[in-house]
Amino acid sequence: MEVAQETLTAPAATETVQVSGSVALLEALIAEGTDTIFGYPGGAIMPIYDALFDYNDKLNHILVRHEQGGIHAGQGYARTSGKVGVVFATSGPGATNLVTGLADAQIDSTPLVCITGQVFAHLLGTDAFQETDVINITTPVTKWNYQVTDATEIPEVIAKAFYIARSGRPGPVLIDITKNAQIQLFDFAGYKPCDHIRSYRPKPIVRTQYIDEAAALINNAKKPFILFGQGVILGSAEQEFKAFVEKSGIPAAWTILGAGAIPTDHPQNVGMLGMHGNYGPNVLTNDCDVLIAIGMRFDDRVTGRLDKYAKQAKVVHLDIDPAEIDKNVKSTVPVWGDCKETLPLLTAAIAKKEYPEWLAKFNDYTKQEVEAVIHNELNPTTPEMTMGEVIKQLNEITKGEAVIVTDVGQHQMVACRYAQFNNTRSNVTSGGLGTMGFALPAAIGAKFGAPNRTVVAIIGDGGFQMTCQELGTIMQSGVDVKIVILNNRFLGMVRQWQELFNQRRYSFVDIQSPDFVALAAAYRIPGKLIDDRADLTTALNEMLSTPGSFLLEVMVTKENNVFPMVPQGCSVSEIRLK
Amino acid sequence: MSEPEEKQEFNITVYTENQIGLLSRIAIIFTRRKINIDSLNTSPSEIDSIHRFNIVINESEDVVRKLTRQIEKQVEVLKVYYHTNEDVIWQELALYKVSTDVIAEKVSVERLLRENGARAVVIRKDYTVFETTGHREETDNLINILQPYGLIEFVRSARVAIIKDSDGFNRKLREFERLEPGEDVIENEYLNQGQKVFTM
Ligand SMILES: Cc1ncc(C[n+]2csc(CCOP(=O)(O)OP(=O)(O)O)c2C)c(N)n1
Repeated sequence: MEVAQETLTAPAATETVQVSGSVALLEALIAEGTDTIFGYPGGAIMPIYDALFDYNDKLNHILVRHEQGGIHAGQGYARTSGKVGVVFATSGPGATNLVTGLADAQIDSTPLVCITGQVFAHLLGTDAFQETDVINITTPVTKWNYQVTDATEIPEVIAKAFYIARSGRPGPVLIDITKNAQIQLFDFAGYKPCDHIRSYRPKPIVRTQYIDEAAALINNAKKPFILFGQGVILGSAEQEFKAFVEKSGIPAAWTILGAGAIPTDHPQNVGMLGMHGNYGPNVLTNDCDVLIAIGMRFDDRVTGRLDKYAKQAKVVHLDIDPAEIDKNVKSTVPVWGDCKETLPLLTAAIAKKEYPEWLAKFNDYTKQEVEAVIHNELNPTTPEMTMGEVIKQLNEITKGEAVIVTDVGQHQMVACRYAQFNNTRSNVTSGGLGTMGFALPAAIGAKFGAPNRTVVAIIGDGGFQMTCQELGTIMQSGVDVKIVILNNRFLGMVRQWQELFNQRRYSFVDIQSPDFVALAAAYRIPGKLIDDRADLTTALNEMLSTPGSFLLEVMVTKENNVFPMVPQGCSVSEIRLK
Repeated sequence: MSEPEEKQEFNITVYTENQIGLLSRIAIIFTRRKINIDSLNTSPSEIDSIHRFNIVINESEDVVRKLTRQIEKQVEVLKVYYHTNEDVIWQELALYKVSTDVIAEKVSVERLLRENGARAVVIRKDYTVFETTGHREETDNLINILQPYGLIEFVRSARVAIIKDSDGFNRKLREFERLEPGEDVIENEYLNQGQKVFTM
């Protein structure tokens, strides 16, 4: 046994070294490949932060301005890098501030390991200062959570945490560590990653019988249709997916989290599904004969009314999570498995085909949608700018190569509809939870996760004000994030619903904003406000060519609506163009 | 599966690691869907370190199937099965406390015990405790009989159920312990068997 030391290089498995729980934690994080941590200190996590002081060269800690910002940054990092996001927070209020982000990561299957400090073990359950029952609060919004009260548990628990967060259907894990366990010294015998938990089956053995049945359905189909979601991206199966799409010749449409899994301009990519998705993919869902759902979960925003959803179609559902199969839409053939494994098998089993007439039907609908909606949105004749034209301009300048991080609201739907994604892991948005305030911190994390890519956050005037304190994080860390605020002076999406469904009773959606550019300036971030179309291209170019972060506020039409729209409670074929 | 399914009693059997917090993880799956748990029993199983939950709910099979998948998704849950009452042998235990004076004076105790399959567990000067085991109607029956004689206290356990068509969990567990378990454990029974699911 060696003498205690502050930091250590991973010891050989046979040696043991006396370390504190905090040092063991940091060594474990490094062993798992962590390079960046988003966090905020406090009393109950001080020993970990104290240990972190000596790990400056190995672990880059980003001090956020609010724990919600920290966890959204962790999500952004995970989404662009494909790695596990790591977040630190203290006990009590620090931990509870993570809840929104945990719920968001849970529903969007984002791999995270959150570490929260907790009061001393002997104080648990006594209403001690800043004690909260974090385990129970976070149980419904984590894939797994665990409270550590003894330092000797730390290496194994962290190994499990990473394994669970990233394997199978990924998700957030929270580890709550009492202060005594952070301080306690113990014999650390090195770190062993976890690759098996007795009670946990991340991946099934793929059953070829289902592959054969699925292939038979697909080969006999006249009007097959592919719906793809984030499962393709989470499974790193983009190549396998492309091969399947191209051999099968089947038109494919995406959920917002699936965007970018194949390039937006791929000839078989027929657009976006769901409430504000494209016209053709929605209507033709109720026309196809075989529906092939890949790594998507038939969210109600995608399906609209379930009892009128694709009733005519035979359904093939590929998913890694058996709980998703038959949950909302009954499948004819369930293909349970990791799509990285199932897709190549399916591709091998199907015939090479093309469906020119069927594909043309999608194109007919696209034409109608262009005439009724898209043309006016992208080439408006009104004096005021539209959200769509801003996205279109941005696209042309970035050539579809940027990572687009969106907040929640009209601008989100417009960005997802009109942004071009040439690459996977380019669309970072809060899909399942729809969390306003997501974009600014997520964009910070997205840039750390993909440092060589341009990251542009598209945010509404409402959502920006939910987490705008993270401008401080941008200032201090020097991260390069381009921020576009699409200011319609309304909580636009709610206003749209009030206009369409509540007889224009605009109840508390008229929101005032500060001088965003001055606010950015207060954080030493350059910015600009434009309200004239003539300035748009120049301003976007200025934003993109300015080194470091930049805030561009664009005044857009106050009362513009996002169409098409499947009204709540309607079927996908009742999608409205106006 | 097109016509809405009838609700009926289902016995859900869950094999889990013995882990703090798991009860609330499992309970949340029911409360979140506003499903009432009629009976819940948890205890160590025949296998060291493995716990067994017996949960009874009154729901349609479709709902039960979805619930069991959500339960099985929990990291520390090894396996979940569900069965109708016909597929299991089940018992509940009931204890009845009555005044010894009253019961000795007014009731033919012997008849009472014989006819209801009851046993006296404790006989004290002040009170006597009887026990029966059986289905709900059977244990209810004795309440009705004793109520007129001043039943002081009554308690009934959760249901425990043994699955008729089961080879037990020992062999399955060994599969779970392997890094590369065989199809038997890893395969998804409900996908494999369509509607006829969760047999052991
Ligand atoms: C945290 C949170 N609170 C409330 C909502 C409900 N909500 C959804 S969209 C929206 C309006 C968003 O307004 P803004 O950020 O200005 O974007 P816009 O729709 O105008 O593009 C609101 C309030 C939400 N999604 N998240």
